[in-house]
Amino acid sequence: MKDYAFYPGCSAESTGRGYGLSVQAVAGSLEIQLIELEDWNCCGSTPYGSLNELEAMVVAARNLALAEKTGLDLVTPCSSCYVTLKKANLHLQDHPRLMAMVNEALAVAGLEYHGKVSVRHIVEVLTDDITPGLITEKIKRRLEGLKVAPYYGCQLVRPQYGFDDAELPGSLDSLIECLGAEAVPYPVKARCCGGSLILSEEDLALGLINKLLKSAADNGAHCLATPCPLCQTNLDAYQGKVNSKFKTGYNLPVFFITQLIGLALGLDDKSLGLDTNIVSPRDVLTQLAGVKSGT
Amino acid sequence: MRNFVDEVAATPGGEHVLSCIQCGTCTGSCPVADSMEYPPRKIIAMVRAGMRDEVLSSNSMWFCLSCYLCTVRCPRGVKPTELAHALESLAVRQGYRVSGTVTPALYHSFVNSIKRNGRVHEFGMMVRFYLSVIPYLISRPLSTIKMLPVGWSLWRHRRLPLMPHKVKEKGKLPEILQKFSEIRGSC
Repeated sequence: MKDYAFYPGCSAESTGRGYGLSVQAVAGSLEIQLIELEDWNCCGSTPYGSLNELEAMVVAARNLALAEKTGLDLVTPCSSCYVTLKKANLHLQDHPRLMAMVNEALAVAGLEYHGKVSVRHIVEVLTDDITPGLITEKIKRRLEGLKVAPYYGCQLVRPQYGFDDAELPGSLDSLIECLGAEAVPYPVKARCCGGSLILSEEDLALGLINKLLKSAADNGAHCLATPCPLCQTNLDAYQGKVNSKFKTGYNLPVFFITQLIGLALGLDDKSLGLDTNIVSPRDVLTQLAGVKSGT
Repeated sequence: MRNFVDEVAATPGGEHVLSCIQCGTCTGSCPVADSMEYPPRKIIAMVRAGMRDEVLSSNSMWFCLSCYLCTVRCPRGVKPTELAHALESLAVRQGYRVSGTVTPALYHSFVNSIKRNGRVHEFGMMVRFYLSVIPYLISRPLSTIKMLPVGWSLWRHRRLPLMPHKVKEKGKLPEILQKFSEIRGSC
């Protein structure tokens, strides 16, 4: 059993609920322990850095200080938390004067940060620490015949932090393939879904989402799998709106990658939060059950 | 007041603005350059020409999706995504009003939610955002009505809890931030 400090991110408690549930369920089966940071706060995400770039470092640093006390790697399933925490971490490590100012402020809460934490994404942990080979050994039902568009989103691989290619990454493909499913060619795999601008510039974001869904459908995918809570929400909750705006008829379930891994590990639908998916994955699941029983 | 380009270069994220060679790779890579008042390459040229008012009152940087495609492709390491965030911060700090986008209002609702709860409460954040842009919503009634089914379906699938999850004592964030602003003020 390997331990990690775990930072779920705010969305794991709401729009990304299926992610929060399935990450923990899958971790249990893969013998890793994700120990949630006590009293973590929001990382600040893009909006905080956009309104007040220095204060955003303090908000992120409180979490880094909490993580440092555990002596463990800090793992998050959220791509936006990953970029925000990683960026703040690197910036503070490179700017000792700012680090000293941040520490003076953190001292009010009895906290201190020394720049020792390693911030990692759950996909990186699954790919590099657990490894696809080990996951294959543990699966109970191969997802044979399932064609999946691997949708990385942008912030998992950009800006480049080294664990995968920034434009044509492969880690998610290998996770999908190790389950017995097929990762279809997906040229837009690391293009942006519009992010939080779905709320303020909806028409713009719907156009981007349409391109992502179209490419998945054109490449014969039955569904998509993503490791980003905001991407999942945009592609899942707004798929109906895309259909009405662009007169399309997409019916593509959008899984969190951990939901797909959980299905292969034989975990039940409820513990993977599959009932929180808006585009129903029922047809896909029925098809899989058919393959399993040979019908 | 300090020279604009120096001020941008001294803001975290704006450090590399002088390295730009105006090749336009950023604009060519940006998925939303068409929607911006001035696309990324042009904004950088304007910063260097000292066009403070035009840059800081434009909607350009508020369209940035933070997808970082320009950042990984820039041959000079300018990091235009970070630069956009730096320009947004400067515009807010210097009190510029931006027209043609409600993204600043969205970001304010988001940050206020963190200050209120320690974490973002998505439902509360969305409600406060929409309340802050009522004239905008009234100007496009059909789109406004069509937003409701998305919220409803998220709620029905247990993805939009009505009550916030509060961090114990808000993680002492207000005290930490108060202290930080005192330290900054004395620098």
